[in-house]
Amino acid sequence: MPYLPDTLPFPAPDMDAAEFWAHCRERRLMFQACGDCGTAQHPPLPVCPACQSTNRVWVPAPAEARVFSYTFAHHASHPAVRDRLPYNVAVIAFPALPGVKLISNVIDAAPSALAVGADVELAWDAGPDGLWLPRFRLLT
Amino acid sequence: MTASRDRAVIVGIGESPYARWGGIADRSQFALACEAILNAAADAGLPPSAIDGFASYSDDANDPARLMVALGIDQLRFASMVWGGGGGGSCGALAHAAAAVESGQATAVAVFRGLCQGQSFRFGQYHAWSPDAAFTAPFGLFAPAQMFALLARRHMHLHGTTSEQFAEVALVCRDNARRNPRAVMHGRPLSLEDHQASRMIADPLRLFDCCLESDGAAAVIVTTAERARDLKTRPVHVLAARQGSSKGWGSGMLGGHNMPDEIYATGNARVMAGELYGRAGVTPEEIDVAQLYDAFTATVIFSLEDFGFCGVGEGGPFAADGNLRWPDGRLPVNTAGGNLSEAYIHGFNLVVEGVRQLRGQSTSQVADARLCLVSGGGSVTPTSAAILGV
Ligand SMILES: [Zn+2]
Repeated sequence: MPYLPDTLPFPAPDMDAAEFWAHCRERRLMFQACGDCGTAQHPPLPVCPACQSTNRVWVPAPAEARVFSYTFAHHASHPAVRDRLPYNVAVIAFPALPGVKLISNVIDAAPSALAVGADVELAWDAGPDGLWLPRFRLLT
Repeated sequence: MTASRDRAVIVGIGESPYARWGGIADRSQFALACEAILNAAADAGLPPSAIDGFASYSDDANDPARLMVALGIDQLRFASMVWGGGGGGSCGALAHAAAAVESGQATAVAVFRGLCQGQSFRFGQYHAWSPDAAFTAPFGLFAPAQMFALLARRHMHLHGTTSEQFAEVALVCRDNARRNPRAVMHGRPLSLEDHQASRMIADPLRLFDCCLESDGAAAVIVTTAERARDLKTRPVHVLAARQGSSKGWGSGMLGGHNMPDEIYATGNARVMAGELYGRAGVTPEEIDVAQLYDAFTATVIFSLEDFGFCGVGEGGPFAADGNLRWPDGRLPVNTAGGNLSEAYIHGFNLVVEGVRQLRGQSTSQVADARLCLVSGGGSVTPTSAAILGV
Protein backbone atom coordinates (compact mmCIF):
# COMPACT_ATOMS: atom_id res chain seq x y z
CA MET A 1 0.00 0.00 0.00
CA PRO A 2 1.45 3.40 -0.92
CA TYR A 3 2.11 5.86 1.90
CA LEU A 4 -0.76 8.06 0.73
CA PRO A 5 -3.69 7.01 -1.49
CA ASP A 6 -3.03 7.15 -5.22
CA THR A 7 -6.27 9.11 -5.54
CA LEU A 8 -4.61 12.32 -4.35
CA PRO A 9 -4.81 15.19 -6.83
CA PHE A 10 -2.01 15.49 -9.35
CA PRO A 11 -2.44 18.88 -11.04
CA ALA A 12 -1.07 18.84 -14.57
CA PRO A 13 2.59 19.93 -14.42
CA ASP A 14 3.51 22.82 -16.65
CA MET A 15 5.60 22.24 -19.77
CA ASP A 16 8.88 23.10 -18.05
CA ALA A 17 8.23 20.50 -15.34
CA ALA A 18 7.09 17.68 -17.64
CA GLU A 19 10.53 16.11 -17.94
CA PHE A 20 10.89 15.79 -14.15
CA TRP A 21 7.77 13.64 -14.08
CA ALA A 22 8.77 11.69 -17.20
CA HIS A 23 11.91 10.64 -15.31
CA CYS A 24 9.83 9.71 -12.26
CA ARG A 25 7.71 7.37 -14.40
CA GLU A 26 10.97 5.51 -15.06
CA ARG A 27 11.88 5.66 -11.34
CA ARG A 28 14.71 8.10 -11.92
CA LEU A 29 14.92 11.11 -9.60
CA MET A 30 16.54 13.79 -11.73
CA PHE A 31 16.86 17.50 -11.09
CA GLN A 32 17.29 20.26 -13.59
CA ALA A 33 20.65 21.98 -13.81
CA CYS A 34 22.33 24.56 -16.00
CA GLY A 35 24.30 23.16 -18.94
CA ASP A 36 26.63 26.14 -18.73
CA CYS A 37 27.27 27.03 -15.06
CA GLY A 38 26.01 23.84 -13.41
CA THR A 39 23.58 25.49 -10.99
CA ALA A 40 20.82 23.06 -9.98
CA GLN A 41 17.23 24.25 -9.81
CA HIS A 42 13.92 22.93 -8.55
CA PRO A 43 11.09 23.22 -9.52
CA PRO A 44 12.26 23.31 -13.13
CA LEU A 45 12.52 26.60 -15.00
CA PRO A 46 13.31 27.38 -18.65
CA VAL A 47 16.12 29.78 -17.65
CA CYS A 48 19.05 29.35 -15.26
CA PRO A 49 18.53 31.61 -12.20
CA ALA A 50 22.30 32.07 -11.85
CA CYS A 51 23.40 32.91 -15.41
CA GLN A 52 20.14 33.07 -17.43
CA SER A 53 21.35 30.40 -19.84
CA THR A 54 18.59 28.44 -21.55
CA ASN A 55 20.85 25.38 -21.85
CA ARG A 56 19.00 23.05 -19.45
CA VAL A 57 20.25 19.58 -18.54
CA TRP A 58 19.14 16.90 -16.04
CA VAL A 59 21.36 15.47 -13.31
CA PRO A 60 20.69 12.51 -10.98
CA ALA A 61 19.68 13.28 -7.41
CA PRO A 62 22.55 12.63 -4.99
CA ALA A 63 22.02 9.56 -2.80
CA GLU A 64 22.68 11.56 0.34
CA ALA A 65 19.46 13.27 1.48
CA ARG A 66 18.31 14.86 4.70
CA VAL A 67 15.14 16.18 6.35
CA PHE A 68 15.22 19.99 6.19
CA SER A 69 11.83 20.39 7.87
CA TYR A 70 8.66 18.35 8.36
CA THR A 71 5.11 18.40 9.64
CA PHE A 72 2.58 15.76 10.61
CA ALA A 73 -0.85 16.51 9.19
CA HIS A 74 -3.56 15.65 11.72
CA HIS A 75 -6.42 17.24 9.80
CA ALA A 76 -7.76 15.99 6.47
CA SER A 77 -7.63 18.94 4.10
CA HIS A 78 -8.59 16.55 1.30
CA PRO A 79 -11.09 13.70 1.65
CA ALA A 80 -8.62 11.13 0.26
CA VAL A 81 -6.38 11.27 3.35
CA ARG A 82 -9.09 10.87 6.01
CA ASP A 83 -8.03 7.36 6.96
CA ARG A 84 -4.29 8.08 6.76
CA LEU A 85 -3.99 10.61 9.57
CA PRO A 86 -1.58 11.59 10.87
CA TYR A 87 0.81 11.51 7.92
CA ASN A 88 4.00 13.47 7.45
CA VAL A 89 5.13 15.88 4.79
CA ALA A 90 8.86 16.58 4.72
CA VAL A 91 11.12 19.03 2.94
CA ILE A 92 14.06 16.97 1.70
CA ALA A 93 17.42 18.64 1.06
CA PHE A 94 20.44 17.25 -0.76
CA PRO A 95 23.70 18.52 0.75
CA ALA A 96 25.56 17.84 -2.50
CA LEU A 97 23.00 19.78 -4.53
CA PRO A 98 22.53 23.14 -2.82
CA GLY A 99 19.52 25.06 -4.02
CA VAL A 100 17.34 21.98 -4.40
CA LYS A 101 14.68 21.05 -1.89
CA LEU A 102 11.93 18.54 -2.59
CA ILE A 103 8.52 18.21 -0.94
CA SER A 104 7.98 14.55 -0.12
CA ASN A 105 7.08 12.07 2.65
CA VAL A 106 9.15 9.85 4.91
CA ILE A 107 7.22 6.61 4.61
CA ASP A 108 8.30 4.70 7.69
CA ALA A 109 8.68 7.47 10.24
CA ALA A 110 6.70 7.47 13.45
CA PRO A 111 6.08 11.00 14.77
CA SER A 112 8.73 10.55 17.46
CA ALA A 113 11.32 9.29 14.97
CA LEU A 114 11.30 12.18 12.53
CA ALA A 115 13.64 15.09 13.13
CA VAL A 116 15.17 17.99 11.27
CA GLY A 117 18.53 16.78 10.02
CA ALA A 118 17.58 13.09 9.88
CA ASP A 119 19.29 11.17 7.07
CA VAL A 120 16.94 9.57 4.56
CA GLU A 121 17.16 7.55 1.36
CA LEU A 122 15.00 7.47 -1.74
CA ALA A 123 12.14 4.92 -1.77
CA TRP A 124 9.91 4.91 -4.85
CA ASP A 125 6.21 4.66 -4.04
CA ALA A 126 3.12 4.26 -6.23
CA GLY A 127 1.34 7.50 -7.11
CA PRO A 128 -1.65 8.57 -9.21
CA ASP A 129 -2.01 7.58 -12.88
CA GLY A 130 0.72 4.95 -12.82
CA LEU A 131 3.19 7.57 -11.66
CA TRP A 132 6.03 6.71 -9.29
CA LEU A 133 6.55 9.25 -6.54
CA PRO A 134 9.96 9.96 -5.00
CA ARG A 135 9.36 9.26 -1.31
CA PHE A 136 12.00 8.59 1.35
CA ARG A 137 12.71 6.31 4.29
CA LEU A 138 14.78 6.89 7.40
CA LEU A 139 18.36 5.66 7.35
CA THR A 140 19.21 3.97 10.61
CA MET B 1 9.87 63.98 -3.91
CA THR B 2 6.11 64.30 -3.97
CA ALA B 3 4.87 67.60 -2.54
CA SER B 4 3.06 67.10 0.77
CA ARG B 5 -0.27 68.22 -0.66
CA ASP B 6 -0.03 65.50 -3.30
CA ARG B 7 0.86 62.69 -0.87
CA ALA B 8 -1.54 59.79 -0.40
CA VAL B 9 -3.85 59.70 2.60
CA ILE B 10 -6.61 57.37 3.77
CA VAL B 11 -9.85 59.27 4.30
CA GLY B 12 -12.46 56.55 4.71
CA ILE B 13 -12.81 53.08 6.15
CA GLY B 14 -15.68 50.65 5.70
CA GLU B 15 -16.59 47.09 6.52
CA SER B 16 -19.43 44.65 6.11
CA PRO B 17 -20.43 42.53 9.07
CA TYR B 18 -17.92 39.74 9.69
CA ALA B 19 -19.01 36.15 10.15
CA ARG B 20 -17.69 32.63 10.27
CA TRP B 21 -17.28 31.03 6.80
CA GLY B 22 -20.71 30.25 5.40
CA GLY B 23 -22.22 32.59 8.01
CA ILE B 24 -23.43 35.08 5.40
CA ALA B 25 -25.75 33.22 3.04
CA ASP B 26 -28.47 35.79 2.34
CA ARG B 27 -26.24 38.21 0.43
CA SER B 28 -23.61 37.64 -2.24
CA GLN B 29 -19.91 38.15 -1.78
CA PHE B 30 -20.24 40.98 -4.31
CA ALA B 31 -22.96 42.64 -2.23
CA LEU B 32 -20.62 42.62 0.77
CA ALA B 33 -17.80 44.18 -1.25
CA CYS B 34 -20.18 46.95 -2.38
CA GLU B 35 -21.33 47.47 1.21
CA ALA B 36 -17.78 47.84 2.51
CA ILE B 37 -16.82 50.32 -0.23
CA LEU B 38 -20.04 52.33 0.24
CA ASN B 39 -19.41 52.46 3.98
CA ALA B 40 -15.87 53.69 3.35
CA ALA B 41 -17.13 56.41 0.99
CA ALA B 42 -19.79 57.48 3.50
CA ASP B 43 -17.18 57.56 6.26
CA ALA B 44 -15.07 59.87 4.10
CA GLY B 45 -18.03 62.03 3.13
CA LEU B 46 -17.31 61.28 -0.52
CA PRO B 47 -20.08 60.52 -3.02
CA PRO B 48 -19.50 56.96 -4.30
CA SER B 49 -19.71 58.22 -7.88
CA ALA B 50 -16.47 60.16 -7.25
CA ILE B 51 -14.49 56.97 -6.67
CA ASP B 52 -12.42 56.60 -9.83
CA GLY B 53 -10.17 53.68 -9.04
CA PHE B 54 -10.14 50.20 -7.50
CA ALA B 55 -7.28 48.14 -6.16
CA SER B 56 -7.31 44.66 -4.69
CA TYR B 57 -5.19 41.49 -4.40
CA SER B 58 -5.19 37.70 -4.17
CA ASP B 59 -7.46 37.31 -7.20
CA ASP B 60 -10.36 39.04 -5.50
CA ALA B 61 -13.48 38.03 -7.42
CA ASN B 62 -15.26 41.38 -7.11
CA ASP B 63 -14.06 42.93 -10.33
CA PRO B 64 -14.07 46.65 -11.15
CA ALA B 65 -16.21 46.05 -14.24
CA ARG B 66 -19.20 45.27 -12.06
CA LEU B 67 -18.24 47.57 -9.21
CA MET B 68 -18.12 50.66 -11.43
CA VAL B 69 -21.67 50.05 -12.59
CA ALA B 70 -23.12 49.09 -9.22
CA LEU B 71 -21.55 52.08 -7.47
CA GLY B 72 -22.43 54.57 -10.23
CA ILE B 73 -18.81 55.57 -10.87
CA ASP B 74 -18.67 58.69 -13.08
CA GLN B 75 -15.41 57.81 -14.80
CA LEU B 76 -13.13 54.89 -13.99
CA ARG B 77 -9.44 55.87 -14.18
CA PHE B 78 -7.58 53.10 -12.37
CA ALA B 79 -8.06 49.37 -11.75
CA SER B 80 -5.33 47.11 -10.46
CA MET B 81 -4.68 43.72 -8.94
CA VAL B 82 -1.60 42.66 -7.00
CA TRP B 83 -0.24 39.32 -8.17
CA GLY B 84 0.01 36.39 -5.82
CA GLY B 85 -1.99 34.77 -3.08
CA GLY B 86 -1.85 34.23 0.62
CA GLY B 87 -2.95 37.74 1.49
CA GLY B 88 0.51 38.99 0.55
CA GLY B 89 -0.86 41.90 -1.43
CA SER B 90 -3.01 43.71 1.13
CA CYS B 91 -0.60 46.60 1.58
CA GLY B 92 0.53 46.18 -2.03
CA ALA B 93 -2.97 47.13 -3.14
CA LEU B 94 -2.76 50.13 -0.81
CA ALA B 95 0.58 50.98 -2.45
CA HIS B 96 -1.05 50.80 -5.89
CA ALA B 97 -3.73 53.22 -4.77
CA ALA B 98 -1.18 55.58 -3.24
CA ALA B 99 0.87 55.54 -6.45
CA ALA B 100 -2.25 56.16 -8.51
CA VAL B 101 -3.33 59.27 -6.61
CA GLU B 102 0.20 60.62 -6.18
CA SER B 103 0.87 60.33 -9.92
CA GLY B 104 -2.46 61.85 -10.86
CA GLN B 105 -3.81 58.73 -12.54
CA ALA B 106 -6.80 58.77 -10.22
CA THR B 107 -8.26 61.00 -7.52
CA ALA B 108 -10.02 58.61 -5.13
CA VAL B 109 -9.21 54.89 -5.11
CA ALA B 110 -11.17 52.25 -3.20
CA VAL B 111 -8.84 49.52 -1.91
CA PHE B 112 -10.78 46.48 -0.81
CA ARG B 113 -11.00 42.76 -0.19
CA GLY B 114 -14.26 40.86 -0.10
CA LEU B 115 -14.53 37.13 0.36
CA CYS B 116 -17.20 34.69 1.37
CA GLN B 117 -15.48 31.37 1.86
CA GLY B 118 -18.93 29.83 2.19
CA GLN B 119 -19.67 30.97 -1.39
CA SER B 120 -16.29 30.32 -3.02
CA PHE B 121 -13.87 27.86 -1.45
CA ARG B 122 -12.46 27.29 2.00
CA PHE B 123 -8.83 28.31 2.31
CA GLY B 124 -8.24 25.48 4.76
CA GLN B 125 -9.05 22.87 2.11
CA TYR B 126 -7.13 21.63 -0.92
CA HIS B 127 -6.70 24.15 -3.71
CA ALA B 128 -4.03 24.31 -6.44
CA TRP B 129 -2.26 27.30 -4.92
CA SER B 130 0.56 27.73 -7.45
CA PRO B 131 1.82 26.33 -10.74
CA ASP B 132 4.07 24.15 -8.56
CA ALA B 133 1.07 22.26 -7.12
CA ALA B 134 2.13 19.11 -9.00
CA PHE B 135 5.13 19.05 -6.64
CA THR B 136 3.06 19.35 -3.47
CA ALA B 137 -0.43 17.85 -3.83
CA PRO B 138 0.59 14.19 -4.54
CA PHE B 139 2.56 14.34 -1.27
CA GLY B 140 -0.43 15.51 0.74
CA LEU B 141 0.69 19.13 1.13
CA PHE B 142 -2.69 20.73 0.60
CA ALA B 143 -3.48 23.54 2.98
CA PRO B 144 -1.71 26.70 4.14
CA ALA B 145 -1.54 25.38 7.72
CA GLN B 146 0.51 22.41 6.54
CA MET B 147 2.68 24.61 4.34
CA PHE B 148 3.35 27.09 7.08
CA ALA B 149 3.95 24.33 9.63
CA LEU B 150 7.09 23.43 7.69
CA LEU B 151 8.46 26.94 8.23
CA ALA B 152 7.37 27.00 11.86
CA ARG B 153 9.10 23.66 12.54
CA ARG B 154 12.30 24.95 10.97
CA HIS B 155 12.13 28.11 13.11
CA MET B 156 11.74 25.96 16.24
CA HIS B 157 14.73 23.86 15.17
CA LEU B 158 16.94 26.88 14.51
CA HIS B 159 15.93 29.15 17.36
CA GLY B 160 14.28 27.00 20.03
CA THR B 161 10.92 28.67 19.52
CA THR B 162 8.12 26.91 21.41
CA SER B 163 4.43 26.23 21.00
CA GLU B 164 3.77 28.28 24.14
CA GLN B 165 5.45 31.26 22.48
CA PHE B 166 3.28 30.82 19.39
CA ALA B 167 0.28 30.62 21.73
CA GLU B 168 0.98 34.08 23.14
CA VAL B 169 0.09 35.56 19.73
CA ALA B 170 -3.25 33.77 19.77
CA LEU B 171 -3.96 34.91 23.33
CA VAL B 172 -3.12 38.54 22.50
CA CYS B 173 -5.45 38.53 19.49
CA ARG B 174 -8.25 36.89 21.47
CA ASP B 175 -7.85 39.33 24.31
CA ASN B 176 -8.15 42.23 21.87
CA ALA B 177 -11.21 40.60 20.26
CA ARG B 178 -12.78 40.56 23.73
CA ARG B 179 -13.02 44.36 23.50
CA ASN B 180 -14.19 44.40 19.87
CA PRO B 181 -17.89 43.56 19.53
CA ARG B 182 -17.50 43.19 15.74
CA ALA B 183 -15.01 40.36 16.14
CA VAL B 184 -16.18 36.87 15.20
CA MET B 185 -14.55 35.54 18.39
CA HIS B 186 -15.92 38.30 20.64
CA GLY B 187 -17.00 36.81 23.94
CA ARG B 188 -14.97 33.62 23.43
CA PRO B 189 -12.06 33.82 25.90
CA LEU B 190 -8.95 31.72 25.27
CA SER B 191 -6.37 30.52 27.79
CA LEU B 192 -2.93 29.04 27.31
CA GLU B 193 -4.37 25.75 28.54
CA ASP B 194 -7.11 25.94 25.90
CA HIS B 195 -4.46 26.54 23.26
CA GLN B 196 -2.24 23.67 24.38
CA ALA B 197 -5.22 21.33 24.60
CA SER B 198 -6.57 22.24 21.15
CA ARG B 199 -6.28 19.61 18.46
CA MET B 200 -3.20 19.42 16.30
CA ILE B 201 -3.84 20.58 12.74
CA ALA B 202 -0.35 20.34 11.24
CA ASP B 203 2.36 19.75 13.82
CA PRO B 204 3.52 22.11 15.37
CA LEU B 205 0.43 24.21 14.58
CA ARG B 206 -2.66 23.58 16.69
CA LEU B 207 -6.20 24.72 15.98
CA PHE B 208 -5.73 28.00 17.85
CA ASP B 209 -2.52 28.73 15.92
CA CYS B 210 -4.65 28.99 12.78
CA CYS B 211 -6.65 32.00 11.65
CA LEU B 212 -10.38 31.97 11.13
CA GLU B 213 -12.11 31.20 7.86
CA SER B 214 -14.57 34.03 7.36
CA ASP B 215 -17.15 35.83 5.27
CA GLY B 216 -16.90 39.61 4.97
CA ALA B 217 -15.44 42.62 3.20
CA ALA B 218 -13.34 45.63 4.15
CA ALA B 219 -12.31 48.77 2.25
CA VAL B 220 -10.49 52.07 2.52
CA ILE B 221 -10.59 55.19 0.35
CA VAL B 222 -7.25 56.70 -0.70
CA THR B 223 -6.90 60.22 -2.03
CA THR B 224 -4.37 63.07 -1.78
CA ALA B 225 -3.79 65.31 1.22
CA GLU B 226 -4.99 68.26 -0.87
CA ARG B 227 -8.34 66.65 -1.68
CA ALA B 228 -8.72 65.40 1.89
CA ARG B 229 -9.07 69.00 3.07
CA ASP B 230 -12.60 69.07 1.62
CA LEU B 231 -13.60 65.83 3.36
CA LYS B 232 -14.89 65.28 6.86
CA THR B 233 -12.44 62.82 8.35
CA ARG B 234 -8.96 63.31 9.78
CA PRO B 235 -6.64 61.98 7.07
CA VAL B 236 -4.22 59.18 7.87
CA HIS B 237 -1.02 59.47 5.88
CA VAL B 238 0.40 56.58 3.89
CA LEU B 239 4.01 57.32 4.81
CA ALA B 240 5.20 54.27 2.91
CA ALA B 241 3.59 51.24 1.30
CA ARG B 242 5.31 48.69 -0.88
CA GLN B 243 5.62 45.15 -2.11
CA GLY B 244 8.70 42.99 -1.89
CA SER B 245 10.29 39.57 -2.15
CA SER B 246 13.87 38.52 -1.53
CA LYS B 247 16.15 36.95 -4.15
CA GLY B 248 15.15 33.41 -5.02
CA TRP B 249 12.08 33.28 -2.80
CA GLY B 250 9.70 32.32 -5.61
CA SER B 251 6.35 30.84 -4.67
CA GLY B 252 7.74 30.19 -1.20
CA MET B 253 5.45 28.39 1.18
CA LEU B 254 2.68 28.12 -1.43
CA GLY B 255 5.02 26.40 -3.90
CA GLY B 256 7.87 23.91 -3.81
CA HIS B 257 9.55 25.38 -0.70
CA ASN B 258 12.79 26.17 -2.56
CA MET B 259 13.41 29.41 -0.77
CA PRO B 260 17.08 30.01 0.12
CA ASP B 261 18.00 27.97 3.22
CA GLU B 262 19.20 30.96 5.24
CA ILE B 263 15.86 32.81 4.99
CA TYR B 264 13.52 29.78 4.80
CA ALA B 265 11.99 30.32 8.26
CA THR B 266 11.14 34.00 7.72
CA GLY B 267 8.31 36.11 6.41
CA ASN B 268 10.33 37.06 3.32
CA ALA B 269 10.14 40.69 4.43
CA ARG B 270 13.56 41.63 5.83
CA VAL B 271 14.85 43.50 2.78
CA MET B 272 11.49 45.08 2.08
CA ALA B 273 11.19 46.21 5.71
CA GLY B 274 14.43 48.17 5.47
CA GLU B 275 13.23 49.86 2.31
CA LEU B 276 9.87 50.61 3.91
CA TYR B 277 11.37 52.29 6.97
CA GLY B 278 13.76 54.22 4.74
CA ARG B 279 10.92 55.52 2.61
CA ALA B 280 8.84 56.52 5.64
CA GLY B 281 11.87 58.04 7.38
CA VAL B 282 11.16 56.23 10.65
CA THR B 283 12.71 53.39 12.64
CA PRO B 284 11.16 50.28 14.24
CA GLU B 285 11.64 51.87 17.67
CA GLU B 286 9.28 54.69 16.68
CA ILE B 287 6.36 52.43 15.73
CA ASP B 288 3.59 52.74 18.35
CA VAL B 289 1.33 49.87 17.30
CA ALA B 290 1.40 47.18 14.61
CA GLN B 291 -1.12 45.13 12.70
CA LEU B 292 0.88 42.04 11.69
CA TYR B 293 -0.64 39.57 9.26
CA ASP B 294 -1.62 36.55 11.26
CA ALA B 295 -2.66 33.66 9.07
CA PHE B 296 -0.92 31.66 11.79
CA THR B 297 0.54 32.62 15.14
CA ALA B 298 4.03 31.86 13.87
CA THR B 299 3.67 34.34 10.98
CA VAL B 300 3.55 37.12 13.58
CA ILE B 301 6.71 35.78 15.25
CA PHE B 302 8.44 35.92 11.86
CA SER B 303 7.21 39.47 11.23
CA LEU B 304 8.50 40.72 14.59
CA GLU B 305 11.96 39.65 13.41
CA ASP B 306 11.63 40.73 9.78
CA PHE B 307 10.43 44.22 10.70
CA GLY B 308 13.18 44.71 13.26
CA PHE B 309 11.12 44.76 16.46
CA CYS B 310 13.52 42.14 17.82
CA GLY B 311 16.53 40.24 16.56
CA VAL B 312 16.47 37.23 14.23
CA GLY B 313 15.36 34.19 16.23
CA GLU B 314 14.11 36.31 19.14
CA GLY B 315 10.48 36.58 18.06
CA GLY B 316 9.27 33.84 20.40
CA PRO B 317 10.79 35.26 23.59
CA PHE B 318 9.83 38.81 22.52
CA ALA B 319 6.19 37.75 22.35
CA ALA B 320 6.31 35.65 25.50
CA ASP B 321 7.69 38.61 27.45
CA GLY B 322 4.39 40.43 27.02
CA ASN B 323 5.58 42.95 24.46
CA LEU B 324 2.51 42.43 22.23
CA ARG B 325 -0.08 42.99 24.96
CA TRP B 326 -2.48 45.92 25.03
CA PRO B 327 -2.18 48.43 26.62
CA ASP B 328 1.23 48.19 28.30
CA GLY B 329 3.33 46.10 25.94
CA ARG B 330 6.13 47.71 23.95
CA LEU B 331 4.27 46.95 20.69
CA PRO B 332 0.56 46.13 20.93
CA VAL B 333 -0.42 44.13 17.86
CA ASN B 334 -3.63 43.22 16.06
CA THR B 335 -5.68 45.42 18.31
CA ALA B 336 -9.03 44.45 16.76
CA GLY B 337 -8.26 40.74 17.06
CA GLY B 338 -6.57 40.17 13.70
CA ASN B 339 -7.15 37.31 11.30
CA LEU B 340 -6.92 34.98 14.29
CA SER B 341 -9.85 36.40 16.24
CA GLU B 342 -11.58 39.32 14.49
CA ALA B 343 -12.12 37.86 11.00
CA TYR B 344 -10.08 36.52 8.13
CA ILE B 345 -10.66 39.24 5.55
CA HIS B 346 -7.31 38.30 4.07
CA GLY B 347 -5.64 40.91 6.25
CA PHE B 348 -7.51 43.91 4.92
CA ASN B 349 -9.24 44.25 8.29
CA LEU B 350 -5.71 44.88 9.63
CA VAL B 351 -5.36 47.92 7.34
CA VAL B 352 -8.72 49.24 8.55
CA GLU B 353 -7.69 48.75 12.19
CA GLY B 354 -4.41 50.55 11.53
CA VAL B 355 -6.40 53.60 10.41
CA ARG B 356 -8.69 53.35 13.43
CA GLN B 357 -5.70 53.40 15.78
CA LEU B 358 -4.39 56.60 14.24
CA ARG B 359 -7.84 58.19 14.48
CA GLY B 360 -8.07 57.21 18.13
CA GLN B 361 -11.08 54.95 17.46
CA SER B 362 -9.87 51.45 18.28
CA THR B 363 -11.58 49.36 20.92
CA SER B 364 -8.04 48.67 22.16
CA GLN B 365 -6.72 52.17 21.61
CA VAL B 366 -2.99 52.73 22.08
CA ALA B 367 -2.53 56.10 23.78
CA ASP B 368 -1.20 58.81 21.45
CA ALA B 369 -0.61 56.39 18.60
CA ARG B 370 1.14 58.29 15.80
CA LEU B 371 2.74 55.53 13.73
CA CYS B 372 1.29 52.14 12.82
CA LEU B 373 2.97 49.42 10.79
CA VAL B 374 0.68 47.07 8.86
CA SER B 375 1.97 43.93 7.17
CA GLY B 376 0.49 41.80 4.42
CA GLY B 377 0.65 38.02 4.23
CA GLY B 378 4.21 36.85 4.74
CA SER B 379 6.36 34.07 3.29
CA VAL B 380 4.80 34.52 -0.16
CA THR B 381 5.63 36.59 -3.25
CA PRO B 382 4.97 39.41 -3.16
CA THR B 383 4.54 40.24 0.47
CA SER B 384 3.81 43.85 1.36
CA ALA B 385 3.61 46.31 4.21
CA ALA B 386 2.74 49.90 4.99
CA ILE B 387 3.57 52.52 7.57
CA LEU B 388 0.65 54.80 8.37
CA GLY B 389 1.00 58.00 10.35
CA VAL B 390 -0.72 61.10 11.68
ZN1 LIG C 1 23.64 28.86 -15.30
